[in-house]
Order: sequence, then C-alpha cells, then structure tokens
Amino acid sequence: MKAVVARRHAVDFLSKILMGIATVVGVFFLLWILWTTLRFGIAGMHWDLFTKDTPAPGTNGFGLRNAFVGSLGLLTLSMAIGVPIGLMAGTWLAEYGFHSRLANAVRFINDIMLSAPSIEIGLFAYAIVVAPMGHFSGLAGSVALAVLMIPIIVRTTDEMLGLVGGDMREAAIALGAPKWVVISKVTWKAGRAGILTGVLIGLARITGETAPLLFTALNNQYFSTNMLRPIANIPVVIFQFALSPYENWQQMAWAAAFITVLFVLVLSLVARWFLGKVQVPK
Amino acid sequence: MSGSDMTFGAELRPVSEEPKPAVRWWRLTGDSLFHAAAVFAALIAAAALFATVIAIAYDSRLSIETFGVWRFLTSSEWNPVTQTFGAFPFIIGTLVSSAIAMVLAVPVSFGVAVFIAEIAPSWIKKPIAGAIELLAAIPSIVYGLWGLLVFAPVFSSIEPWITQYFGAIPGIGLLFQGPPAGIGMLTAGIVLAIMVLPYTSSIMRDVFLIVPSSLRESAYAMGATTWEVAWDIILPYTRSAVIGGIFLGLGRALGETMAVTFVIGNSNMISPSLLMPSATIPSVLANEFTEATTPLYLSSLIYLGLILIAVTLIVRFLAVLLIRRLGRREGASA
Repeated sequence: MKAVVARRHAVDFLSKILMGIATVVGVFFLLWILWTTLRFGIAGMHWDLFTKDTPAPGTNGFGLRNAFVGSLGLLTLSMAIGVPIGLMAGTWLAEYGFHSRLANAVRFINDIMLSAPSIEIGLFAYAIVVAPMGHFSGLAGSVALAVLMIPIIVRTTDEMLGLVGGDMREAAIALGAPKWVVISKVTWKAGRAGILTGVLIGLARITGETAPLLFTALNNQYFSTNMLRPIANIPVVIFQFALSPYENWQQMAWAAAFITVLFVLVLSLVARWFLGKVQVPK
Repeated sequence: MSGSDMTFGAELRPVSEEPKPAVRWWRLTGDSLFHAAAVFAALIAAAALFATVIAIAYDSRLSIETFGVWRFLTSSEWNPVTQTFGAFPFIIGTLVSSAIAMVLAVPVSFGVAVFIAEIAPSWIKKPIAGAIELLAAIPSIVYGLWGLLVFAPVFSSIEPWITQYFGAIPGIGLLFQGPPAGIGMLTAGIVLAIMVLPYTSSIMRDVFLIVPSSLRESAYAMGATTWEVAWDIILPYTRSAVIGGIFLGLGRALGETMAVTFVIGNSNMISPSLLMPSATIPSVLANEFTEATTPLYLSSLIYLGLILIAVTLIVRFLAVLLIRRLGRREGASA
C-alpha cells in the first residue's frame, strides 16, 4: 500500500517537473526570438532606412522607404477590401442567419478558412488576379491579404454581436427603426470594441505575411505607389535580404523584422485592451 | 399570404392619415439593400474556400494532363531542364518535417496546457498563457530569420553530439548521420514545433478549463494526484477537442512556408538522415515560383499546391469538426 502511494506521488512529482520544463522551454524560445530580433534590429537601425530606397545589390548604404510605403499601401488596400466584407458577413451571421443550417455551414467553412495556410491563398490570388492581368501587382497582394483577414473579422464580428443584449435592439425596434438602422446605429455601436478587436487581430495576422506576396505583389527595387504593378514590401524584402551575402542587406533584414514584430506586438496589445472593454452580459 | 392581406385590410384608414409613401419606400429599400449586402458578403466569405480549390485545380490542369495523378505523386524526378516533374521528394519532406514537429510539439503543448490549467499558481497563469500566445503573433518570416541566422549556427554545434550518441544506435542511427550543417529536416521540424506550440497548447488549455469542476474536484476528493486528474479525468473528457487541436497544429505545420524555406536547406534529394537538407511543398513553391519559366513548370508548381491544399483541407476539416464536438465556446479559436 505504502509503495503504491509512494509510486503515485513520485509519478505526480515527476510529471509536474516535466510540465514545468515544457512551459519554461516555450517561454524560453519566445524570449530568445524576441531578444535576438531586438538586439540585431536595434543594431541595424539607421535613419536612412526611412528616407532612402533599397540599395542596389553590392552597394553600400541603407534604405527601406519604398518597402515601408509599399507595405502600408498593401495593408490599407487589403483593409479596404477585407473589413467591409468581413463586417457584413459577420453581421449576416449574427443578425440574419442566427443558427439556421446555412449560417452554421458558413461558420464551419469560415473556421476552416481561419487556419488556411497563407501560401494557398497566395496561389488563389495568383490565379484570379495575376494570371488574368498578366503581371504581378500590389492589387493581387491586397486581395490575398484580404482573403486571409476576412475569416478573422467574420468570426469576431459574429461572436461580438452575439454578446449585444436583445433589450437594446428591441428598444430601437419599438421606436420604429427599420432593421438596418437598428444594426448600424445600435448593434454595431454596442459591439464596436469587439469588432475593432477583430480588425486589429486580422491586421496583425497579415502584417508579416510573406508567402502570399511572393506570388502576387512580388517586389520592386524602386519607389512606387502604383498598386497595379509589382510593389516593394517589407516581408519580401526581409526574405530576399536575409538570404543575400551582403552584410548591409542582412542588417536591413533584421531592422525590418524588428519593426514588423514591434508593430504586430503593439497591435496585439491594443487588441487585447479593446477586448477587455467588451462587456459580457451575464 | 392571407395573413398579410388581412393586416393590410385592418390598416385601412382615411387617405390624409396615411404615412408618406416616400418614407416607407426608402426604409424598405435601405433594409433590403443592407440585407442583400450582408448575404452577399457572407456568400463571398464562404465561397472563397471553394474558389481557392477550383482556381488552383484549374491552373494546374496542364501538369495534370501531362503527368497524371499517380505518376506525379510517385516520381522523384524534379528537373526543369528536361521538363520532368514529380512531387515525391516534396511530399516526403512535408510529411516528415511536420511529423517531427508534432512529435516534439504535442507533449510540450500538453505539458504547457496542464501547467497553466492545473499546476501554476493563479498569479502566474495569465502572464504565461499570454507569453505562449505571443509565439503565435510573431510572423513566420521572423521565425525563418531567427532559425537561419541564430538557431542554425547554435544547432550545428549540437549536431556532432547527436550524431555521436544517436547515430551509433543500430536502426534509428541512420536518421542522425551527416555533416553538422545546422540546417536540414530536423532544424525545420524543431522550428515548426515552436510555431505549432501556441496553437495546440491554447486549444488544449481552453478545453481543459471547461471540464466541469465537479468532475475534477470529485477526483481530487478521492485522493487522486494532479497527474492522475490530468491524465485520467481531464484528458478523456476533452479527447476529441485535444485531437482537434493537434490536427489544427498539423495543418499549420504542413502549410508553413517561410520559416521552413529558410532552414530546410532546399534539396530535392531524399535522404534517410534527418540532418540532411530537404524540401517541402511550400518551400519549393516559395523558392521556384518566380523562376518558373515554362507553362509546364509553373503548372507543376501549382499542382504541388493543389496536393497541399487537398491534404490540409482534410486535416483542417477534421480539426474544426473535432474541436466543435466538445461544444462551441467563445475564445477557443480554431
């Protein structure tokens, strides 16, 4: 009897140690990656990064201006495509579809899209935008990023509008407001913190996406704001510069990675802050 | 039909009291326009899945016609010069690197999830859970950069040790032989494991927390240890969602592109050793897509993408199905 108890407690003790180690390992890798990005990123910081364009191969100097502008353009355009579609689709699920068979089917498909590898979405954007146009373009990149972003916005909008209490809707309906006014003036307003969280998480997800841009926006050595042509962007620049033999290019890759990580982390923190403002009815 | 007619009849009143028709007309139009826009958006969101599969299948038609299905899947010749393409080395590379990742990530995820749900004191739960979830926020390109320029050099100094101790074991020793380059299949598997960890562990943690406390507390009251509660009570109760979480991580690992492209070494030779360079379907797509000069080459690359999509779709379908079986819960992000 005593031996059994001792063995059980030994197993328990050992398992707790191993689980503690597992957690430490996970946190260790996070800190290692963040620390390296910070160290090399700060070392690669240079004022020229923001004022000059990417230097030609083999030449000295720093510059990422065209890539920053291109990335901002890509993100803006993909939000312009993705946010309205995601918001309206999520609204349909929460306000019209409810738990009908069609709405549940849409939710299921949306959940599958939520974890779609980005490379597949890149191939999709290549097929529907790049191939018909005949050349790579910023527009194609934005379409790919929008498709990656939409499922996140759909899901959070659906869930957050579901949290809005029925009393407010009923009060608005009782005042004679038609349904679309109820939704746009009352439900959306009540759920805006949650909806904004979804948009921010979606933006964080697409900010560092590289694979889909390789098939769509590609890269551009020069400054450009034409979204119908290939356009420079931070992720693809990191990819090309990191694999290059030039030291200044590798430094720029780290600096760009540092800025990307910083941007994504700030977005995630702000999203979490907004999520804390969501009132959960009990 | 008759019901609405009757209501209409009941509303009959002198003309002067009728509401202005213009107002009603606008209201109805606004409502139906809004409804139509919402339906349209929902259909676009759902149709994207099918459109992706159809568009990729359509773009790979040339290669499907040329090589067929079986020949493409089993041929290991990938030669742009002779325009012969086969997917076998990349399928093996994708499956093996993901398998390594899952073998490493699943026990660690379980450990992290149980640690957060059962063992950790409450003040440390939130920071640890937040830190593990931050791993998911880091873009994959940064994992690649870190893997190639920081982790690979460190790992290459460990590799001779691995070869010395594991390489001598008969049978599996074959897996651990080769030059200590730091990049290769094993490095890719390790980096993938770190990337998969936040997904599997957060699903596990979320479902562990919804186990009814009566169940958990009765086990503790019977004198069960923490490990026994985790293994014999919580895990059986949440089994389907835990497997779903593992599938979710597997879907991530199979389709991961940038991190793998950086560290796998990109060689289309099949080698028994895990220390040797290899290639996966996503990595060959990322490397060769812009260099594909002939229509057949390009279409063969897209054909690889079609194979990947078929596999990951099944995996993701099972993942969502299994996670939902335990009951849909807010926050358990799939």
